[in-house]
Amino acid sequence: PAHPALARPPLAIGSNLCVSFPPERIDMKRKAALVGGGQKRIDAQHKRGKLTARERVELLLDPESFVESDMFVEHRCSDFGMEQDRNKFPGDSVVTGRGRINGRLVYVFSQDFTVFGGSLSGAHAQKICKIMDQAMTVGAPVIGLNDSGGARIQEGVESLAGYADIFLRNVLASGVVPQISLIMGPCAGGAVYSPALTDFTFMVKDTSYLFITGPDVVKSVTNEDVTQEELGGAKTHTTVSGVAHHAFENDVDALLNMREFFNFLPLSNQDPSPIRACHDPSDRLVTSLDTIVPFETTKAYDMLDIIHAIVDERDFFEIMPSYAKNIVVGFARMNGRTVGIVGNQPKVASGCLDINSSVKGARFVRFCDAFNIPIITFVDVPGFLPGTAQEYGGIIRHGAKLLYAFAEATVPKITIITRKAYGGAYDVMSSKHLRGDVNYAWPSAEVAVMGAKGAVQIIFRGKENQAEAEAEYVEKFANPFPAAVRGFVDDIIEPATTRKKICRDLEVLASKKQVNPWKKHANIPL
Amino acid sequence: VKKSRRCVGDKNTKSVFCLPPQTFDKILIANRGEIACRVIKTCQKMGIKSVAVHSDVDASAVHVKMADEAVCVGPAPTSKSYLNMDAIMDAIRSTGAQAVHPGYGFLSENKEFAKRLAAEGVTFIGPDTHAIMAMGDKIESKLIAKAAKVNTIPGFDGVVETADDAVKIAQQIGYPVMIKASAGGGGKGMRIAWNDEETREGFRFSSQEAASSFGDDRLLIEKYIDNPRHIEIQVLADKHGNALWLNERECSIQRRNQKVVEEAPSTFLDSVTRRAMGEQAVQLAKAVQYSSAGTVEFLVDSKKNFYFLEMNTRLQVEHPITECITGLDLVEQMIRVAKGYKLLHKQEDIPINGWAIESRVYAEDPYKSFGLPSIGRLSQYQEPLNLSNVRVDSGIQEGSDISIYYDPMISKLVTYGATRAEALSKMEDALDNYVIRGVTHNIPLLREIITHPRFISGDISTNFLPEVYPDGFKGHQLEVGNRRELLASAAALYITAQLRSQKVLGNLRVSSTPVECTHWELCAELGEGLYSMEVEVDGGKVEVSGQWNLASTLLPLTINGTDRMLQFKVRVLSKLAAELNSYMPEKVAEDTSSILRSPMPGSVVAVSVKPGDTVAEGQEICVIEAMKMQNSLTAAKQAKVKKVHCKPGETVGEGDLLVELE
Repeated sequence: PAHPALARPPLAIGSNLCVSFPPERIDMKRKAALVGGGQKRIDAQHKRGKLTARERVELLLDPESFVESDMFVEHRCSDFGMEQDRNKFPGDSVVTGRGRINGRLVYVFSQDFTVFGGSLSGAHAQKICKIMDQAMTVGAPVIGLNDSGGARIQEGVESLAGYADIFLRNVLASGVVPQISLIMGPCAGGAVYSPALTDFTFMVKDTSYLFITGPDVVKSVTNEDVTQEELGGAKTHTTVSGVAHHAFENDVDALLNMREFFNFLPLSNQDPSPIRACHDPSDRLVTSLDTIVPFETTKAYDMLDIIHAIVDERDFFEIMPSYAKNIVVGFARMNGRTVGIVGNQPKVASGCLDINSSVKGARFVRFCDAFNIPIITFVDVPGFLPGTAQEYGGIIRHGAKLLYAFAEATVPKITIITRKAYGGAYDVMSSKHLRGDVNYAWPSAEVAVMGAKGAVQIIFRGKENQAEAEAEYVEKFANPFPAAVRGFVDDIIEPATTRKKICRDLEVLASKKQVNPWKKHANIPL
Repeated sequence: VKKSRRCVGDKNTKSVFCLPPQTFDKILIANRGEIACRVIKTCQKMGIKSVAVHSDVDASAVHVKMADEAVCVGPAPTSKSYLNMDAIMDAIRSTGAQAVHPGYGFLSENKEFAKRLAAEGVTFIGPDTHAIMAMGDKIESKLIAKAAKVNTIPGFDGVVETADDAVKIAQQIGYPVMIKASAGGGGKGMRIAWNDEETREGFRFSSQEAASSFGDDRLLIEKYIDNPRHIEIQVLADKHGNALWLNERECSIQRRNQKVVEEAPSTFLDSVTRRAMGEQAVQLAKAVQYSSAGTVEFLVDSKKNFYFLEMNTRLQVEHPITECITGLDLVEQMIRVAKGYKLLHKQEDIPINGWAIESRVYAEDPYKSFGLPSIGRLSQYQEPLNLSNVRVDSGIQEGSDISIYYDPMISKLVTYGATRAEALSKMEDALDNYVIRGVTHNIPLLREIITHPRFISGDISTNFLPEVYPDGFKGHQLEVGNRRELLASAAALYITAQLRSQKVLGNLRVSSTPVECTHWELCAELGEGLYSMEVEVDGGKVEVSGQWNLASTLLPLTINGTDRMLQFKVRVLSKLAAELNSYMPEKVAEDTSSILRSPMPGSVVAVSVKPGDTVAEGQEICVIEAMKMQNSLTAAKQAKVKKVHCKPGETVGEGDLLVELE
């Protein structure tokens, strides 16, 4: 079928001078724009296992909802033969516009690798900036589909200026509308900083790369032999560097997942956390939780089991599932309402906090706070990870980020202590003291400065009968009462009732209003 | 011994309305899982206090919660907990239990345990020690059976010492032969051999398995009856020389000599054969002064000749089907008999009322040699107890862990009907209504068996599974009509989810414009196939309706007017996504011929190769033991061993890399 844009009537200029512009020329331009760099390059793109810029947009958005802008924009470079007609492509190397995902407004740009390898020209940047500006004024998210070889070298500084224009908008839009980057091809050099500034960076396995400098430059500077995949592939960034938040199998998988992910997000910081019809009863008792925490305090269990069992329909969109696995973060719904979930993971490194998990958690908490998404925190934390590696790496300032993020957050905050809440980590994990709205403890909870063994060694240093002292300490502190009698937890609840209680509390907290003191901006310990 | 209280009501309702006789105040159940729960239920009914024992990992298990008291008897491995006689004796003393019900497996046929109980004056709810000893040894039991004029299988009445002996004896008896553990049961330590080579291999495996399962590696050899049925007679005897046969159970559907589906009565027996088998079983029971419930297993050939196989001196896993058709509570009868009461019934009191089928629901992957153990946490679990005439004996609940330490049985699903057809149709419903998530389970196989024409007609033998599925079980093959229904259901689900996503509740700052769509073009990935569909909302060809929502674990759908209960996994895509999917590169699959992965979780028993060795195709590389079964893993091609990633004694997970070949 013909593209809807082709069916428009001819242009009329002025009233008495009615010049009918040859419609064929408009059609020709539109047709040219639709095929980007031409069929040969489209085939090459497909051969690489990648979709074209337009196919991606079509799949991401609701059918026929895409409204394109700047289809006629061309680059303005006149050096190196670029001014020749054969080097001009209507729309240049990016497709931009707005559309709907499940009926909800979103702005999109999709870089076209078939035109000059998707390289960024001044015009390309201008197109992106235009939709970002409008997204901000309207209050709707921006999704960028990145597939670009880098700067348009022929344009020189104009290309660099273009990047900077985008970076500036990324920063200004930060915390105003959600920004999502989906890396679907190369993204190298300065270009990487746009995704880095957005709220979420997702990647496609095997076909996407993110790096400051490619393997060749690495080889010449540091003499390291490294492949593209090792240096900046999806696996590297989702497991080692923590640059990307999730990786998907292929383009189709990634785009369909983006649609699901988008459903969780509010359109802007002016909107409340979205609510979807919920089929899962909000008062459902989750009896399997009564037995999930093992009797032995040193034995691990999977925090994801708790999360899946509590949230609506076991639907949990985990963010950074392969990085800093000792903390679990992600989106879910409670009685239809989007919530952010943070949980220590006893299965990995006993669920302790370290540099990476603190930073991972902090960034997620801040996103939720910026966009009015309530935060539910499941606590089972034995403390911060000791050792020179952590101290030298700056666990003090990185741990402070998580503390800062929880303390600063003014969205509804509900905390459930499932087992251990030891030491400073107890304070950090959305405790009552950091303005937690509702703090629950399961009967298996133990809130203490440290584990019994360590504590007894200090309190009863040199004394015999350590075992007896340990038993006394356990009796006194290894239970939820010390915290409950002081009002640091609001209630001790049966695990099976957790879902019911959270849903009920969220209903009440929906009208929560809390304002931090005026400031130009806060100064999180970066 | 106090006299039994009088019963109220007529003969047929005796065991139902009978006031429980005074037996014991407190019984300890030396077992775990479903059988412990089963015994506790009868204890509760009889007003007896129950004591559970458990390993540390079972501390929050269902049987522990059900019991009045619970005692931890050690760490997870059975040898240190459920087989730990010292700890169990301590538990008996500390709780003051007067009697012990051993369930099945573990210490149920352990003469040593029975002796120790007797020494402390604690009643063992089971037969006397001498009966356990006599029947527990396959060689001795065969001699006793012969003497008691019970039909026996031709074979060698003695212990086989070496592999060479085994081959010699096998040749004398004539192939095929069966090599089995003298102390064995439940298919463990059992191998069939068709030639000398297999005899040697079978001898080695069986003695290893026998040693690890029973601590006794003695083996015996007998003629293997090809294509037999496995039919067993339930007997019940008291301490006063009375014995009854409670009809038969047909247990021919087996995999690796372990029962999968059982039924009572058997379609194969006529009343003459039934009586003959029953009477021989009673003769045998009387010959060893048997008391309590026991089972005499027979092999029955196509001409209805039957041969004594073995006698199990305990409550059998599949006892519920006998309870269904006779109306007796076997555990209650065992407790009565153990206290010294006479049997309540006479042989003519024992009815066959209706038909009962039992499916053993296992946490195992039925696509791998009809079931290799799987482990995991039951993230969702729902028994089909909403249906009538369904009994589920289980010892787990939602949230329970299926671990490598114990038997992977999830439950015994029993259905009952006035006729076999009724019981079978009920079983089909029950399997469809069963929700098990978090572990791989064998319900697809069970459902396939009970709906197979050969099973329905009663044309079965112990070779049923390998005969019907010579290339292994591949899952249900959908017919066009069923597939269409399934796809329609998947489409209905997909569209419901899509429509819901378009509706955001509450006041919206930016208006939402959902797609007005009444015509959907979809594609569904079902198994290997890709099917395209056009869906017309309101007015399509296949009508799907029903009371369900997107949070349902079960989908009760009405498809074109027929009620169906569905659980399925189908990936549905829009037509566009399916088209674009064709551009997506196929992920390069691992070359599996040069790597050996563990097919199941378990522990490494032996590694037969080292790096640098050259192995031939089919040569054994290592042996993995899981749930007491040993599995030999062989090379897929001739190659040199590159690297060995495991060593004996190590625990491995499913899919763990064991050995790399070049």
